[in-house]
Amino acid sequence: MLIKLPKTSDCKESDVTPESIYLSRRAVLGSSLAGLAVSALPRWANANDASRYADVDPGKAPGWFADKLAQTKWQAVTVEGEAITPFKDATHYNNFYEFGTDKGDPAQNAGALKTEPWTVVVDGEVGKPGRYALEDFMKPYQLEERIYRLRCVEAWSMVIPWMGFPISALLKQVEPTSKAKFIRFETLQDPKVMPGQRSGFALIDWPYVEGLRLDEAMNPLAILAVGMYGRELPNQNGAPLRLVVPWKYGFKSVKSIVRISLVEDQPKTTWQSIAANEYGFYANVNPQVDHPRWTQARERRLPSSLFSPNVRDTQMFNGYADEVASLYTGLDLRKNY
Amino acid sequence: MKFPLWRLAVFVAAAIWPLYWLYEAWSFALGPDPGKVLVDRLGLGTLILLLITLCMTPLQKLTGWSGWIVVRRQIGLWCFAYVMMHLCAYLFFVLGLDWSQLGVELSKRPYIIVGSLGALCLLALAVTSNRFSQRRMGASWKKLHRLVYVVVGLGLLHMLWIVRADLKEWSVYAVIGGCLLLMRIPAVMRRIPRLYKKKSVSAI
Repeated sequence: MLIKLPKTSDCKESDVTPESIYLSRRAVLGSSLAGLAVSALPRWANANDASRYADVDPGKAPGWFADKLAQTKWQAVTVEGEAITPFKDATHYNNFYEFGTDKGDPAQNAGALKTEPWTVVVDGEVGKPGRYALEDFMKPYQLEERIYRLRCVEAWSMVIPWMGFPISALLKQVEPTSKAKFIRFETLQDPKVMPGQRSGFALIDWPYVEGLRLDEAMNPLAILAVGMYGRELPNQNGAPLRLVVPWKYGFKSVKSIVRISLVEDQPKTTWQSIAANEYGFYANVNPQVDHPRWTQARERRLPSSLFSPNVRDTQMFNGYADEVASLYTGLDLRKNY
Repeated sequence: MKFPLWRLAVFVAAAIWPLYWLYEAWSFALGPDPGKVLVDRLGLGTLILLLITLCMTPLQKLTGWSGWIVVRRQIGLWCFAYVMMHLCAYLFFVLGLDWSQLGVELSKRPYIIVGSLGALCLLALAVTSNRFSQRRMGASWKKLHRLVYVVVGLGLLHMLWIVRADLKEWSVYAVIGGCLLLMRIPAVMRRIPRLYKKKSVSAI
């Protein structure tokens, strides 16, 4: 399969870096060296790491994130033979209905979201429930860069370099009890800064809720992300903390998480509540099971242009079958879509 | 020909949008998925033109100005042109010209079926929109062209089935469409007041 965990000695820069930057690698190396020279100053190091990818807006990283950057394990997971989606597209073509239903709305409206300070509640069937400031919540974890395909249920897709840590590491910290069978995530509800939550015509019952089976959450591919493209998450991409489960449709990857609960029963997810016949709990990427309103056999890899629509075949489990197919042995994926 | 400048202005106003959108797509102003944006805009353009077409008769009643009726056929034909562009864009950008998939979509997806029915109706109206057909078909022409009311319903249903989470935009079009259909009820049509006096012009 296309995923591999490279040894630290592996250097796969050419697989993932846009060609223009690859060709100007001397300039990049030069600026990295300059960055190293000042790496004692974490905030400066951040600006430097954002330059791993072309045209990345460096952002304003909170202190804890800048501190984590130095220890980041870069390219812990990569995809081979795929170009990374340009930063501008990954940050200006978003589904984040809290900020509006148009693809451009999140980029336009999410600026008002305040991500510092941020509190995460961990509760339910856990040995160590708690209410954490995000910087304390993040303390135990080392950041890893994971370059994943992202397949939206609307049949478009991207390739994005996330930065985060495996959910399994979190579960180790909070110690689920024997009753915990599912993990439930909740997005912030704050109509003051989220115009989508003020719309009287929205079919969504806020806050946005998503969930995973506990063994799905334990899979090494499932991560909680705090960054992308070598920087902290932009607000429209789910800052400051979001889920990324690359073998499932994008709507599973809940954004701007404020609450993580370990629960006994399968949580009722937002899209199930809107249309259970269209969006299941599993939502695994599956080219053989169509959405009732459109085919899932193919996808538009973005960016596409006017003269090359860039339509390609969708892969089973979004190309991660080797890693996750065993989670679903014996499960009828047509019924459990 | 009456009102040549008025007709020309309507022509330009309707023709300019697809050209402008193409220019935007070509200059990367439509984001990473320009094809999808074009499909959506052309579809919405079709619906808006359809609603504008249906405004012409009430406007004529309201104002007594025959200029509204003069451009009614032209706008209706623009509506047909937009739906054809919408279809082509869908085939090219969404299906990637995969004809076997088209068969699947046509047989399995209610919103595609409804949309195609609407487009077929518009085709029938466009083909019979000339004076020759009008003369040849006589009274049945008028009956056939009442299909336009059905098309409004099909178009709104087609759009409703695409909505995923927020009904606001759809509701606006549905209310406008509903009002325009309501005005077709003879009792309502007769009660549309004349805003200012002018010699009466017969409306078709």
